[in-house]
Amino acid sequence: MSDVYEALVNIVGKDYASNHREERYFYGRDPGLMTPHEADYAVMPRTTEEVQEIVKLANREKVPIVPKGAGLALTGLVIPLKGGIVIDMKRMDKILEVNESARYVVVEGGVSQGALREYLKEHHPNLRHSVPEAPPITTIAANVVIHGQGRLTNQYGFNSDMVNGLEVVLPTGEICKIGSCSVGPYWFSKGPPLPDLSGLFLGWLGTTGILTKVGLKLYPKKKIKDLEVFVTDKEDLVPDIIFKITHTEMVEDLAIWAQERPLMFRGNYHINIFITADSEDELELKRKMVYDSVQEYVDSKDAGFMTINLDMKRDFMDNPQKSMTAFADVRRGGGFEYAGPIIPMELYPECARKVAELAIKYRVVYGGSGRVIHGGHCMMFSFAYTFNRADLDEMGRARRALHEAAEFVADKGGVLWKPNIDEQKIMMERMDPNTLKLMTDIKKLLDPNGIMNPGNWEAS
Amino acid sequence: MQQQDYISQIHRCFRCGYCKFPTDYSSLNCPTYRRFRFDTYSTGGRLWLIYAWLKGEIEWSEHLAEILYTCTTCKNCTEQCPMKFAPDIVDWIVGARSDMVEKGRIPPRVAHFFEAVYGYGNPLKLLRSDRAAWAKGTKMYTPGDQYLLYVGCLGSYDENGQKMARSLVDVFNAAGVSFGILGSDEECCGNEVYMLGEMGLFQTLVEKNSQKFKELGVKKIITICPHGYNVMKNRYPASGANFEIYHYSQLLNDLIEKDKIKPSRIEAKVTYQDPCFLGRYNNVYEEPRQVLRSIPGLELLEMKRNRADASCCGGGSGNFVMDLLAGSDESPARVRVREAYDTGADTLAVACPSCLTMFTDAVKTEDLDGKLAVKDISQIVRESLPAKKR
Repeated sequence: MSDVYEALVNIVGKDYASNHREERYFYGRDPGLMTPHEADYAVMPRTTEEVQEIVKLANREKVPIVPKGAGLALTGLVIPLKGGIVIDMKRMDKILEVNESARYVVVEGGVSQGALREYLKEHHPNLRHSVPEAPPITTIAANVVIHGQGRLTNQYGFNSDMVNGLEVVLPTGEICKIGSCSVGPYWFSKGPPLPDLSGLFLGWLGTTGILTKVGLKLYPKKKIKDLEVFVTDKEDLVPDIIFKITHTEMVEDLAIWAQERPLMFRGNYHINIFITADSEDELELKRKMVYDSVQEYVDSKDAGFMTINLDMKRDFMDNPQKSMTAFADVRRGGGFEYAGPIIPMELYPECARKVAELAIKYRVVYGGSGRVIHGGHCMMFSFAYTFNRADLDEMGRARRALHEAAEFVADKGGVLWKPNIDEQKIMMERMDPNTLKLMTDIKKLLDPNGIMNPGNWEAS
Repeated sequence: MQQQDYISQIHRCFRCGYCKFPTDYSSLNCPTYRRFRFDTYSTGGRLWLIYAWLKGEIEWSEHLAEILYTCTTCKNCTEQCPMKFAPDIVDWIVGARSDMVEKGRIPPRVAHFFEAVYGYGNPLKLLRSDRAAWAKGTKMYTPGDQYLLYVGCLGSYDENGQKMARSLVDVFNAAGVSFGILGSDEECCGNEVYMLGEMGLFQTLVEKNSQKFKELGVKKIITICPHGYNVMKNRYPASGANFEIYHYSQLLNDLIEKDKIKPSRIEAKVTYQDPCFLGRYNNVYEEPRQVLRSIPGLELLEMKRNRADASCCGGGSGNFVMDLLAGSDESPARVRVREAYDTGADTLAVACPSCLTMFTDAVKTEDLDGKLAVKDISQIVRESLPAKKR
């Protein structure tokens, strides 16, 4: 194995390859609840060609490789379940091109959400991308690989729907371009009118290739943004409220949240309605349409708009919402994880009740939040539980709560998002057998040596 | 911070990574993470490894110690961390270092640092008797002087620091300030010793210095170095050493406001480096800028990362001597001089001898010699004084 280390040093240089226990330890875990497994090596390539050489080396030596962004999916997707090389992509941090008129950007595979946000703010102030609420060190590539969501998801779909092309190092080492960039210099489409091959890589959790470049759609950045918070204590009303608000097609983002702490929030369901506009007139019109859409609930006294102070408003408008990370310290313990199934809107009330019920059953603190996807076709519902990393018992309870939540949602027909290996099994057990066979065949075809993030999407 | 405190709290870091950035996310602002890029060298990585070490999940190793000691304690992490424990992060790092010191498991360069301070009263291992060699003609402190000018180790021994000290003495003399120095009786302030976790040696230094100050009847102390300013202002009082502490830039600003210094015109484009121990540690951001702005003809240009977002020079926690972050174009001082040059400035102004020496070296390495001068604020003020006043 020391030959592998020497080979890695030859590829990326001594500073960026490690077989030290400290890197092997750290790159063997994430902040969630999945069982760690040590890496054998950690490596930080700078170029696509270096990634390619690492993949070729892994094939020669039959060593697993796990591509990694910031490792903040929380569901153990970058834990090297069978050891091997963890490839930290964050040195590939160049923003390569912005096409203003076609509204897209091309970034390297390690560019962070934060870096792109700031780059656009400075150089292309009329454009924006869909920034997730995850910390800014998370990467564009990892986010689309897991079908992440962001502030523009209500308007434009999953962040992976916003992909406009890919450069991928295949598990066998070839560099492959996907979309319009495969036939010309432009990155305006990930597939259409060609066959959409991006589906071979998006959602596969790093088991079918390593994204070294991502083309991403950008969207107009409106001059004004505002927020209203609509509150009800009746979870059964939430789907209809969302349906009526989304009918207006006037809102940028819709996020629903319920939590037991601070106590003032307990028992209420808050719908954050983000509105953007280029003028005060436009804002007023949109705001009025939203008001009108939910007036019946105000009249019946079933719901109402909440007065929020400036600090709270600033917190919510922040994107990513920095204060959200502090949920990890509610128990003064540095940990939280969430199961985030994608569900049809009608399942919201049951999920909202279940997240609280499981918190009581397993004696953990919960947060239940949702994000409307693409105008209401579905939503992500987050069963979030916080835990103290120094309390093994509490960690076990939180993990059992999450597992039960996943089983519950899957039984209801939801689809588990960024599933950990246990949740992947839940999905595969319920999957149409021919679908599962197709997935297995594709994976085997692309990765004949089974080196790519092994343990994930593996049918038993 | 008691060691027990950090042991019971350190697991609280989620390692979300906000600590890697400045307030915006346009660049990486943790100097060691930017230099080494493995997550283990970020604050979150470091805290997780310390926790693993405490739990016995990993053994001590030279690599672990190196990861721990490359932290410059610049406090960017504290500034950016969204958690309630943010103010304690540096204390946790110092607590872990203190444990390593007690166990005798520290990198050789750190051990040499302590040996030098213990044996010579300075980390450069230079003779005590030479401490005031720079100070020809400078008055020794005597009871009745308004201020003690505490020169510090770099001001006393380092070539760049000595230039800084001489300039400041000239400016003070020109302004008629009543002050004196300790000369060879001066001892290391102990800021770096504290940050590196040698609490026994630190306490000895506090007691020696405090005793000397008290014997001489010192009431007010001006420090050249923000590191000394920080430790005397914030750590010495816990040992009963209560003096009025000023950083020299504060006094310069006061002298200018009271017309005791009247700078003349200098045509220069200057950008300013906020020292970590002056800015993030003590919230002194404006006085040095006011001094620079008071000089006619001087145009002050800000680097993108400034004030609480200022990027560290890489010299903190003794790295101005040990230089554990050297050897890369991503070494903090090299990154920062490139940023300074990009502002269009011809001069990078500093208010810290550590910054001065780190940037002077970096300018050479970056081939910016002749394009970007590195000067301490007192040097710039001295240049602005009419010749007869110097």
